Amino acid sequence: MLILIKGGRVIDPGRLDGINDILIKDGKIAEISSEGSTAFGSELKEINATGKIVTPGLIDMHVHLREPGQEYKETIKTGCAAAARGGFTAVCPMPNTNPVNDNRQVTEYIMGKAALEGKIHVYPVGAISKGLEGSALSEYGELKDAGVVALSDDGLPVMNSMLMRRAMEYAGGFGLPIISHCEDLDLAAGGAMNEGEVATSMGLPGIPNASESIMVMRDIAICELTGTPLHIAHVSTKESVHAIRDAKARGIPVTAETAPHYFTLTHDAVKNYNTSAKMNPPLRAAADREAVRQGLADGTIDVIATDHAPHAAYEKDVEFELAANGIAGLETSLPLSLQLVEDGLLSLTDLIDRMSKAPARILGIDNSLKPGAPADITIINLEKSYIIDAPSFASLGKNTPFDGLQVKGKAVVTIVGGEIVWKGRGERSSRPQAAPKKVLYVNPKQ
Amino acid sequence: MEFNRKDILDMESLSADEINMILDTAVSMKEISGRSIKKVPTLRGKTVILFFYEPSTRTRASFDIAAKRLSADSISLTGSSSSIVKGETLIDTARNLEAMKPDIIILRHACAGASHLLAGRLKSAVINAGDGMHAHPTQSLLDLFTVREKKGSIKGLRIAILGDISHSRVARSDCIGFTKLGAEVVLFGPPTMIPKGIETLGVSVAENIEDAICGADVVMMLRIQKERQKSFLFPTEREYSKVFGLTREKLKNVKDDILIMHPGPVNRGLELASDVMDGPYSVILDQVTNGVAVRMAILYLVAGGVRNADTD
Ligand SMILES: [Zn+2]
Repeated sequence: MLILIKGGRVIDPGRLDGINDILIKDGKIAEISSEGSTAFGSELKEINATGKIVTPGLIDMHVHLREPGQEYKETIKTGCAAAARGGFTAVCPMPNTNPVNDNRQVTEYIMGKAALEGKIHVYPVGAISKGLEGSALSEYGELKDAGVVALSDDGLPVMNSMLMRRAMEYAGGFGLPIISHCEDLDLAAGGAMNEGEVATSMGLPGIPNASESIMVMRDIAICELTGTPLHIAHVSTKESVHAIRDAKARGIPVTAETAPHYFTLTHDAVKNYNTSAKMNPPLRAAADREAVRQGLADGTIDVIATDHAPHAAYEKDVEFELAANGIAGLETSLPLSLQLVEDGLLSLTDLIDRMSKAPARILGIDNSLKPGAPADITIINLEKSYIIDAPSFASLGKNTPFDGLQVKGKAVVTIVGGEIVWKGRGERSSRPQAAPKKVLYVNPKQ
Repeated sequence: MEFNRKDILDMESLSADEINMILDTAVSMKEISGRSIKKVPTLRGKTVILFFYEPSTRTRASFDIAAKRLSADSISLTGSSSSIVKGETLIDTARNLEAMKPDIIILRHACAGASHLLAGRLKSAVINAGDGMHAHPTQSLLDLFTVREKKGSIKGLRIAILGDISHSRVARSDCIGFTKLGAEVVLFGPPTMIPKGIETLGVSVAENIEDAICGADVVMMLRIQKERQKSFLFPTEREYSKVFGLTREKLKNVKDDILIMHPGPVNRGLELASDVMDGPYSVILDQVTNGVAVRMAILYLVAGGVRNADTD
């Protein structure tokens, strides 16, 4: 079948920005033209993209799909459906499944399931260490062969510096980047939220900024030693941003990501023991949020990823210190990120780069709007205003601090390999009358 | 003024007027404890559940006696006998208790915010008897009561709180309670035990123990958990008692009518020298006596709130 995306503003960062038509044939981009299309016959399906933005498919390089092992939280099927709705054509699930993705069988299981019922691309991340135990390397050669695109012990930092060194040296030989969850477990021990005046007044044990940045600095040092590309996951502190900026200036092959909650919220969101704002790393202070925003603006932080962490309601509906960490992020990432453009921090092109091209570059995935490339495309309506409605998420995880927030901007069509996997049909919120929450963050420059 | 609060969760949510009302009510409650028949029928037919996930003989006994002096029926549940060990959540356990129609649930829990979580879900009144490092409002109210009783008023006093501020819910509640009634609060302890941003509670931190207690009207000593030594918060008990403990030697230049208080139980000889604890300034046992009166006042006022809610 042929698909013609007509009249949209096509932005392929670094290559293209203008009103164009895109013709998709056999799952690939066949033609891009600004001339207006000719007749292609009755087989043609036309998508009117007038007034919309057409971009290379968004990639979320940091998600937790929970399958195998915790299918009550999320399955590959529901996670991929949530991703498609959020405008993502590809996701990278972290290896902390049960069993851990540290071997060919698990990687193949995930990829097989994804091919069967996922509809979008799933590029698994393999474990740095066997069983995420931090004591022995997993088999990178076999993992790479099975299809992993990167290695990480996400959620469980590699505390042993020698193991981290060997992991980076060995991974370098297979061209696999290491994604590091930076956390010094001794320094973070017992913590439930960001250390600071909010934690002090609520009587919650704190997690200091240094527990993150100390490991960012260590891993940069190991990256410098080994030369293997290092990608730092979910940056949340100003000290981390500074360290990464310095490392990049010195030419060290380090890249970094942050998540929408770190550039939108602060630890104030935790007040009243709000477990939907509990995550690791924790939401930080206003100065950290500002540093993360500036880091995104100047390219110190390359990627916006979600760290999508779905949980069952009962795992959040408990004492704060006992509540599970993380938020469901796939269906809120795009509008929250577009707020950066609204705030004047990022150009639209740069934002699309942070959400599609940069993750593709880091992971070595072909993701562009060149003729001949796979037709992975996201069409975005920048003007659509709506209220985030967690109960209607496609994800099984409804855990988000953004429920009820008024936002603007939505993926209206998601195309993967030439197939439409998501198309917004003027879907209605289950509670259209709900009053929106007040804006969570106002850019100080406005 | 009417007391319309369903729950007592922390000192932050109580207004100065409400605090004064509780303290005034406690005065007449204390009188009941002085009678030979220490019982009035005020809360006859009311059910009070003492729900203690974390052991505390003293606070539990104080609440239990307070409930009984007001003729309420009280039952005690402790962590080990509760269902949490079987995997039931706090909310589920509480719902089950509520199905038995109690009027007041008194909760002691190791997690900050636990009583907030319950109060938001239950129709029964919830009284926080200590939640993690967060709050211990009834302890704070009995501290305020004791100081007011001895000094006549709290406004303008200087209160020094010494010791492990980081892990102390009493310290947090006292900082808020005393400043709310117009006192000045100064803190001191090992730097490892002073939490970040404590100044936002409207208090200051002294540089040494002499500065902290000089000119103080009240010195509140906090209990040191000996096991904190394992998390490197202080090197040895020997050094702690020497540098941070309150000894007679350090009391040389203090006011003649200084009050020495402690939420108990005291580590004799560690944070408080034995002779100071038994000395003329100590009002530690008065605090215990007043605890019953203050808790009677709280049960009485909160039960009144519940009664009003029932007629709606
Ligand atoms: Zn992580």
